[in-house]
Amino acid sequence: MSDWVEACGADDIDEEDVMRFDHDGRTFAIYRSPDDEYFATDGLCTHEKVHLADGLVMDDIIECPKHNGRFNYKTGAARGAPVCVNLRTYPVKLDAGKILIQIG
Amino acid sequence: MMAKGMLIIGAGECGGQAALALRDLGYDGPVTLVGDEPHLPYERPPLSKDAMTSDAPAIKAIASDEILAERSIRHIHSVQAMAIDRATHGVRLSDGSVLPYSKLLLATGSVPRRLPMPGIGPRCVYLRTFNDALAIRAHLRARNRIAIVGGGFIGLELAAAARGLGATVTVIEAQQRILMRGVPAEIAKIIHETHQAEGVKILCGDAIAAIADDGAQVRIALAGGQDIVADLAVIGIGAVPVTGLAAEAGLTIDNGIAVDAELRTSDPDIFAAGDCCSFPLAVYGGRRVRLEAWRNAQEQGALAAKNMLGAGEAHAAVPWFWSDQYGLTLQISGLSDEGSKVVRRDLDDGAFILFHLAEDGRLVAASGIGPGNSVARDIRLAEMLIAKRAKPAPEALGSQTIKLKSLLAA
Repeated sequence: MSDWVEACGADDIDEEDVMRFDHDGRTFAIYRSPDDEYFATDGLCTHEKVHLADGLVMDDIIECPKHNGRFNYKTGAARGAPVCVNLRTYPVKLDAGKILIQIG
Repeated sequence: MMAKGMLIIGAGECGGQAALALRDLGYDGPVTLVGDEPHLPYERPPLSKDAMTSDAPAIKAIASDEILAERSIRHIHSVQAMAIDRATHGVRLSDGSVLPYSKLLLATGSVPRRLPMPGIGPRCVYLRTFNDALAIRAHLRARNRIAIVGGGFIGLELAAAARGLGATVTVIEAQQRILMRGVPAEIAKIIHETHQAEGVKILCGDAIAAIADDGAQVRIALAGGQDIVADLAVIGIGAVPVTGLAAEAGLTIDNGIAVDAELRTSDPDIFAAGDCCSFPLAVYGGRRVRLEAWRNAQEQGALAAKNMLGAGEAHAAVPWFWSDQYGLTLQISGLSDEGSKVVRRDLDDGAFILFHLAEDGRLVAASGIGPGNSVARDIRLAEMLIAKRAKPAPEALGSQTIKLKSLLAA
């Protein structure tokens, strides 16, 4: 598998924050956790297709900016109303200060 | 005792979420959800937005038939609840059947406030249900001149949708400005100007003197002398809680079905939640309020479910709502009338947030407006600060370079 794509620089995202990444007609959200790990999910909320990168990261939760649907961004698990469909997650690796995601 | 099960009257956002929450919480007795509409429980916010503009409007169901079946939630639709017999713990329905309950939740919602004037006819309509939305949508596509009575959220969102469909739109508001209730003037002004730039005519501070609806068009005569002629008048002048069932059962009514912090009515086996109830808002010292908001309906539905199962948990949420008009989103958390001082924080792209502070410096509300979801994150952080009863430094709130999240940790 060689479908690793460079998303951004590691320093482009603050700790406990999220950034939008668009690639090839798709949109993703890249997260930096409070313990300085990186994660990636689909970019749109499963409730109403809103960009999650405008939302708030608290610990390991991303909250949708529109209706406060919550997901664990590390696992993609939906965490209660109004969202019930999980988010897809993607493998992430750090390479020479760059964040790469495997978007397969 | 538990065999009678949990009965929920009202199958909207609140009732639907309560039914799902009962199962999420592990309750395995009977759960029955009764609604007077023919649809699955659905979300109402799209009715004044996407349902108008979409080519193929459909309900946004809270739970599909499959999910209701899988979770053993019995949904009885198209029936009215007629009477509660508190002594025997039963509710009589319009089809003659009687459903027993061990705990009952009233999630009866609200209905549009009627304009008490003679002359109202078939071209004067209200919006509450999906079927109402379909009827209005058909008119918006076929007719040209739309009058909106009431410059509140429903009316303004409909005005935006109607403009999107090319209609000529006039909004009539009796107050001196639009969005008098709950929205600061500085933000209402942005919304007003946006509507004007989009070609909506807004008339404020003028009362309706007479309405004549001949079934083909509506003539609205204003006290100031203007006559508005429209093919359709949508009346959006607020909502009233549905309390008849509760009142006839002898439950306490106080601007809605009165409940305590645990959403319990004056009968310990009957709860009420969502638009239909008034409740003490802990964050403002127990001030009794009634909210007409999607998130409140959702949260109170879930909380009522918990407490029907005996959790004894008090409501602690901060009010929050939003409105989308054109490309703008407004979000407000808290009740701005609790504040006496305002601090403004400017964000990118013309977006800004007004922080409302009480006399003692406590943050009590935040109102934001901007393109897309530009204010969402800061409004959410403000909500957390409000819940914490924080007293953030006004200079920090006003400074673009100080992250709100850093104030939360303080």
